[in-house]
Amino acid sequence: MENLYSKTANELLQKLSQKEITLDGLVVSLNERLKNVYASVNAYVRFDPVRGLTVDKPEKDGPLHGLPITIKDNICTRGFETECCSKILKGFKPPYDATVVSKLKNAGAAIVDTKANMDEFAFGSSTENSCFGASRNPWDTNTVAGGSSGGSASAVASDAAIWALGSDTGGSIRQPAALCGVVGLKPTYGRVSRYGLIAFASSLDQIGPITKDVRDSALLLQYISGKDQFDSTSVDVPVPEYSRCLGMDITGVKIGIPKEYFVEGIDPEVKDIVEEAIQKLRQLGAQSARVSLPHTKYAVPVYYIVATAEASSNLSRFDGVEYGHRSRSKGLGMIEMYKKTRGEGFGQEAKRRILLGTFVLSHGYYDAYYVRALKVRTLIKQDFDKVFSDCDCIVTPTSPSASFVVGEKSQDPLKMYLSDIYTISVNLAGIPAISIPCGFTKKGLPVGLQIIAKPFNEEMLLRVAYAYEQATPWHAMKPKL
Amino acid sequence: MSISKETIEYVAHLARLELKAEELDTISGQLKEILGFIDTLSLLDITDIPATSHILPVHTVVRDDLPGASLTPDEALANAPQREKDFFGVPKVIE
Repeated sequence: MENLYSKTANELLQKLSQKEITLDGLVVSLNERLKNVYASVNAYVRFDPVRGLTVDKPEKDGPLHGLPITIKDNICTRGFETECCSKILKGFKPPYDATVVSKLKNAGAAIVDTKANMDEFAFGSSTENSCFGASRNPWDTNTVAGGSSGGSASAVASDAAIWALGSDTGGSIRQPAALCGVVGLKPTYGRVSRYGLIAFASSLDQIGPITKDVRDSALLLQYISGKDQFDSTSVDVPVPEYSRCLGMDITGVKIGIPKEYFVEGIDPEVKDIVEEAIQKLRQLGAQSARVSLPHTKYAVPVYYIVATAEASSNLSRFDGVEYGHRSRSKGLGMIEMYKKTRGEGFGQEAKRRILLGTFVLSHGYYDAYYVRALKVRTLIKQDFDKVFSDCDCIVTPTSPSASFVVGEKSQDPLKMYLSDIYTISVNLAGIPAISIPCGFTKKGLPVGLQIIAKPFNEEMLLRVAYAYEQATPWHAMKPKL
Repeated sequence: MSISKETIEYVAHLARLELKAEELDTISGQLKEILGFIDTLSLLDITDIPATSHILPVHTVVRDDLPGASLTPDEALANAPQREKDFFGVPKVIE
């Protein structure tokens, strides 16, 4: 008999609702799986192998019937640790739940009490910046899981989680999903409440699902979407029934293929696999056209100004007063206490980003860097507006390469930043995108296909992604662990 | 644009961030490289282009002023590194 842990959320939900299985049985199954894989993938942090995973059982039954969900370490879960995988938040137990967590609890989900690994404060593309060490890719544990939601993606890919929440500021859901061979969706900015998501870049961050298939993605998105009185940037647009678009024909859907995403810098193997996937979409009835997003090459520099500026401001709250680490040095004045606490608590990448962000916002550099970046952001958004006046969606690779060996890029920040080159523009424009598995390299590493749609048209993403998924075998493949 | 070590030290002070000497060396080299890359933006003509700080129109949201549940002092102070009665404890600010 197939193990419970290897099943999708929708399959398990059916079994739970018909009382074929129990939540306790499901947790036992997950723990059996974890016993074999936790050390090799390092997807969960603060995990005690003796105790195993436990879940916060829902107070009342609901449509999710106790289905366990894994949560990234930057999303607040009341009463159990949420540390953003940073030493500076050591021991932080939030006194409240993030809105996405309370929504899931209200729907009857069981929250897994051990959180998923991530790059410190979501700063990174490999989880190598986690204070708990890097998560590994289940397809080859010498390689990275991607990041920053690498723990969520490797947990789902290795069947150590049924499904998971991640967060995406410049690709942090889609890139690890692509590298681990699972499905990751970044909703439109404002679709999902950010209340209780520990902020990295407030104008870019979104929470979204990381799942084993597209049907699960639609289901999870359903339960986390909607306007929230605690997040003034969440938008009051009706939440459609996402599962309805699954199975809809894609005949006549107009797909734009941006030429700037297939030039120098892309791994030729990835290029071939993605072009084959586009061919498949054509066979399924979609029409494709070459389009242009001329400001693509400026997206990474714009991002590293806007995101670090916002991060430097957001991270000023970690000062050793209200929560987390405080320097033990004696006899410090207030300012020295702040400086020592922050110097001791933040990792290297966090320090780099705080410095860069503070610099671009500082007197004398503000106009040359920050304001200029905001203007180029307008041009990037206008590129998408133009393409979407004629196309229903855009299809690209999610990442220029498959997973890379641990340590390969960690000493070269700029090289690491460039691994997000295909995902960053989407956050700058605030639009939704999904990454789905579309094949494997000769070395057996997964490759992701990114589909991008107009604001609040997640249905288009799910419709095209589901049509592709049903016509291909990739999503059903499992790593040997 | 290049960035001097002195500028980085000044920015670190503004950010209330203590850097060890070797950190300062490594990070200044890296920031120089990153800023060099970022400077490609100066090639673009941005005359008359409006700035986008937020992708959606941002409105001031007001709600009815109704009392609701709030944290108790114990809950609010539970994570404090130093607690003094019902306050957060900090080093002396005024001598």
